[in-house]
Amino acid sequence: MLTILFDGIAYGMLLFVLACGLAVTLGLMNFVNLAHGAFAMAGGYVAFVAVNRLGVPFLLGLPIAFLASALLGILLEQTLYVHVYGKSHLDQVLFSIGLVFMAVAAVDYTMGSSQVFIEVPDYLKGQFKFFGVGIGRYRLLVIAICGLITAALQLVLSHTRFGSRLRASVDDARVARGLGINVGAVFAATFAAGSGLAGLGGALGVEILGLDPYFPLKFMIYFLIVVTVGGTSSITGPFVASILLGIADVAGKYYVPKLGAFAIYTVMIVVLIWRPQGLFARGTAK
Amino acid sequence: MSSRLAEPEVARLVMRRARWGFFEIAFWLAALATIFLFPARHLILTEVAILGLFALSLDLILGYAGIISLGQAAFFGFGAYCAGLLAKHALVTEPVLALVIAGFASAVLGFFTSFLVLRGSDLTRIMVTLGIALVLRELANRYDGLTGGADGLQGIEIAPLFGRFRFDMFGHTGYVYCLAVLFFFFLLARRTVNSPFGLSLRAVKGNPLRASAVGISVKGRLVAIYTVAAGYAGVAGALLAQTTQFASLDMFSFERSADVLLMLILGGTGYLYGGVVGALIFKLMQDWLAGMTPQYWQFWIGLVLVSIVLVGRERIAHWLAAIRRRIPLSLARRQAA
Repeated sequence: MLTILFDGIAYGMLLFVLACGLAVTLGLMNFVNLAHGAFAMAGGYVAFVAVNRLGVPFLLGLPIAFLASALLGILLEQTLYVHVYGKSHLDQVLFSIGLVFMAVAAVDYTMGSSQVFIEVPDYLKGQFKFFGVGIGRYRLLVIAICGLITAALQLVLSHTRFGSRLRASVDDARVARGLGINVGAVFAATFAAGSGLAGLGGALGVEILGLDPYFPLKFMIYFLIVVTVGGTSSITGPFVASILLGIADVAGKYYVPKLGAFAIYTVMIVVLIWRPQGLFARGTAK
Repeated sequence: MSSRLAEPEVARLVMRRARWGFFEIAFWLAALATIFLFPARHLILTEVAILGLFALSLDLILGYAGIISLGQAAFFGFGAYCAGLLAKHALVTEPVLALVIAGFASAVLGFFTSFLVLRGSDLTRIMVTLGIALVLRELANRYDGLTGGADGLQGIEIAPLFGRFRFDMFGHTGYVYCLAVLFFFFLLARRTVNSPFGLSLRAVKGNPLRASAVGISVKGRLVAIYTVAAGYAGVAGALLAQTTQFASLDMFSFERSADVLLMLILGGTGYLYGGVVGALIFKLMQDWLAGMTPQYWQFWIGLVLVSIVLVGRERIAHWLAAIRRRIPLSLARRQAA
């Protein structure tokens, strides 16, 4: 029972790291980015190649995945995404679905369509008992890393100049621009960081979520749930939503496996009907 | 406001849109001709007709009411399973009657879910429509005693059409049947969008606030068109189940909803032919690309999507309109010469 809770929290924290970049894209630019999972997949495959083929230590593979996805993110942001910010939501949806399709086919072509696994070092395998609760070592690492990242994000957002610029831009981009904040640059940096985090999450998640070319499509709905249910106005909302989603998903798959994700989708629909701005949203004027 | 139109002038402009043009008649004559000209291609043309009807259903809500849906496959799959189950358990053996029932059932489902998409922004609608399709998929998977689960609904036997025309393995009967259904529902859709109801829908799409100010019930209109579109999607799904004698979980999948959106975008929204034209382009493209790079054709589809958005749909429509204006001119010139 507590093991399920523990696994659920690990899963939820992983989801948060994967999806927090999307919260910024959606909240700041009001951009519906269905291709966010593609960056996570990129990170996962970079880590896979680095660790399994080039023999890089696993823990070093994670920052490499972060950097690679961040680079990819800033590249795509500067070349393609900037042209689509001003367009309608329909265009944004089409554009990002197109990107997902291309990413899926490209990875399928280069890496093959079967699921891949990263070799995890021995000291991360297995689980130990802690007051009768079975705790997986790998999941403990996931919780530790994701917890650190969350704390760091919270610090950056609330205690640095960049954080206050970002919050100002999210709240009202026009006024922020009027105050001399370079919203475009703030956004590009945040996009890169968000993609990087997605990549890191993708690399960490290979062991838990699995990794194959269809990763962006399979988990797209999960990222979107985190962001729409949690709201985009703070970092706490998506965090709480991820943890809840993680626990609900793990518990649901354990207790009622046949029902699959039925409960989650239903809850999502209910929440969205009840509070279209997200569960934890402040009242915004938008 | 110097360009105020006199009332008869407005009526004339509205009526002109409703009249059958040269291109429209030519289009349906060409469609009729395919029955006799390409008998070897009937299987793929059947798919085009079905997907065209499916895309038409999306056009009704996207092109005329401005609702972005990523879950139109929900009704497609629902209709397919309805038709499949009716035939499998021999509840209704006449295919046409089963088709009507499946379409009606999907419309009922559409009516009850339509209240969910009325609220919220584009993003909420995208999520809710996507969620509905996923929920139905999970349900179909859960009740595998009824639906066959992941194996799909097998063992469907479709009785002869009107008790006379047997569905043959080359798909000749199936194609004529699908084309006739498509034409019938196209006529219905054409009548609908050119009616006062359809015009009020355009008003709602253009500006919901103003539309409600001139006395149009925005919610009522959206519920109505969403219900109709769900019925259309259900009929398309039922056609697929009847012609392939199979229904499976992937009929609810996100890819199917995304594909139909792509078809509609390829063909263009808001003039009804977009769905059919888009389905034709899509299928031909799939056939051709899959022949060159089997399995990776999705990449090219993605590339097309990204390019369409980056170039701009309005700009492309503008070019096409310019070309279309040229054609009648050159035709007239040739006749004069």
